[in-house]
Amino acid sequence: MSQLTTRPQESAPGAGPNAASRHTQRRGPASGAADLRASGTTMRSAREGGNVLSIAAHTTWMTGRQLRAVARQPAYLVIMLIQPVIWLFLFGSLFREVVELPGFGTASYLDYLVPGVVIMSALSSSMWSGMTVLEEIDRGIMDRFLVLPLHRSAIINASAVMQALIIAVQSIIIVLLGWAAGAHYPGGLPGLVVLIVTAVLVAIVFSAFSNTVGMLARQRETIIGINSFLLLPLTFLSTAFMAEALMPHWMRVVANCNPVNWALEAGRSAMSANPDWARVAVQGGGLAALAIAVTALSVLMFRAYQKSV
Amino acid sequence: MTTDTARPAPARAAAGTALAIEAHDLVKTYPKQVRALDGLSFAVPAGTVFGLLGPNGAGKSTTVKIVTTLAQADSGTARVAGLDVRAKPARVRHLMGVVAQLSGTDPVATGRENVMLSGRIQGLRGRDLARRTDELLGRFGLADAAGRPVRTYSGGMRRRLDVAMGLINRPQVLFLDEPTAGLDPESRSAMWAEIGRLAAAEGLTILLTTHYLEEADHLASRLAIVDRGRIVVAGTPDELKGELRGDAVHLELASDTPRDPVLAALARVPGVRDARVEGTSLSARADEGATALPAVLAALEGAGVTVRAATVARPSLDDVYLRYSGRRFTDADQSPATPATSGGAR
Repeated sequence: MSQLTTRPQESAPGAGPNAASRHTQRRGPASGAADLRASGTTMRSAREGGNVLSIAAHTTWMTGRQLRAVARQPAYLVIMLIQPVIWLFLFGSLFREVVELPGFGTASYLDYLVPGVVIMSALSSSMWSGMTVLEEIDRGIMDRFLVLPLHRSAIINASAVMQALIIAVQSIIIVLLGWAAGAHYPGGLPGLVVLIVTAVLVAIVFSAFSNTVGMLARQRETIIGINSFLLLPLTFLSTAFMAEALMPHWMRVVANCNPVNWALEAGRSAMSANPDWARVAVQGGGLAALAIAVTALSVLMFRAYQKSV
Repeated sequence: MTTDTARPAPARAAAGTALAIEAHDLVKTYPKQVRALDGLSFAVPAGTVFGLLGPNGAGKSTTVKIVTTLAQADSGTARVAGLDVRAKPARVRHLMGVVAQLSGTDPVATGRENVMLSGRIQGLRGRDLARRTDELLGRFGLADAAGRPVRTYSGGMRRRLDVAMGLINRPQVLFLDEPTAGLDPESRSAMWAEIGRLAAAEGLTILLTTHYLEEADHLASRLAIVDRGRIVVAGTPDELKGELRGDAVHLELASDTPRDPVLAALARVPGVRDARVEGTSLSARADEGATALPAVLAALEGAGVTVRAATVARPSLDDVYLRYSGRRFTDADQSPATPATSGGAR
């Protein structure tokens, strides 16, 4: 993703040494040590200069930091795993009979439900991402990173990479649980991979959205309000739990504009015995485009935050 | 003798006047027309401890944010180690250490992880990073707690960790924004000792902001008093206090005392000058406070003014602040907008 504020010209090695040595000359007695210090600094700056490798390294450290934080909050992990299990078995029992309805088009509701729970879980975990951003701003952690020579893009990247990793693991676990409970995946591995990729895209869209809201509103209550408002409509105005054929017409129209539904349609189609790959590509592509757009929005908002400091 | 003293004259002219930090005519306005900085300038020679002193809201933190590349000024320039902070922020970030007012430590990570992440971002690797991390954790008394999450640390430990993180890259310039705010007296004196040691042993240039007068007096070799986004006076603590010849005489008057007869009465007392009345608080300067006081009291009694309390003190930075800002430091700190009312706190 784009590099936020580091100006390209400042990494030009030619610009550095003069200023550094001018300073060391003035330091007098300690100039030997200062010389070493200054030249080391110059080397580091040159190495830092905006290349992809160092952005990747910075993103890795920042992601590692967030993953460690998650791993140290067992309650969070447990909830993240138990919640989909509850949905899987709750909705599985509650709606088991709906497949009997004419036009539903599936024999086993569990087969139908697994992608629904995967995508809903991706949505409901990722939309809290803004809370972390807000907490880091409030605690001064964000500002500390901003006064370090850290690639600005690494901050945004780390949030997206962490969401992607968490959601991928969560999705795999749901798929395995579904399989253990007797779900069938006729599309095989390619279908499951598409499902997980669309789940990750949903997570990137909604975590970037949540980050944007967090940086814009700077209030927990706003994130909580927006999430409570959005989660159920986004989930139920989609084919997560109910086949499109059984929806009222207006709801089908709305569902067609719902990115959560794009993910479900693409995932389900890919997981079926005869995937409509063209449709998967269109819906997956739409989701990917949206992910890029919302991420760009969050980058803009991040720049606005930096200006507001 | 106001802002001119603080202006970095010809900024980097002759040898021996190396400036580690320069701020020139910084202006910053926040939304809703809050003018945080209003043409603030100062210069810090390399290897010295410089204090920015002022009440909350004076513009100290905004200044630090601009000079440390975090915020951008609307106009004006700032340099760290000769580098323009706006043109070369990444290089400046390599050369400096910043300890912000809000602790920026990650509470879920351990002390060691916090220090090491800062070190990595600063470009340290492998054994060099591990050695520097251990050295700093040891020096700040955090070796035993290094493996514990920072959320289990006390306020003083967290602050020491902040400073350790700021020093990981062996900076040329260290910024300490309110380094002892919120610390208990014991932690504060430990922090003072460590800051003093850093300045002496490492030849580090330190810019510290504080709203504690005694802290500035104790730590800074030069200081500047900030009020309403401007430097009102700068110099060594002794120079500033020396400008106030003589002792400070403070009197508490009855609450309904009219101001003019008091000033008229004092004008007739020889050796007493700079008299000011703020609410019920009267302050003046006298060459010899102890001998002037009886004459002052007699003059006021003659004018029918009731005096509730009287003190004589050697000049303090509080007096310097009062002289240049026209307000008492403690009053400005509590309520920047309202004039002084009761002097009971003194």
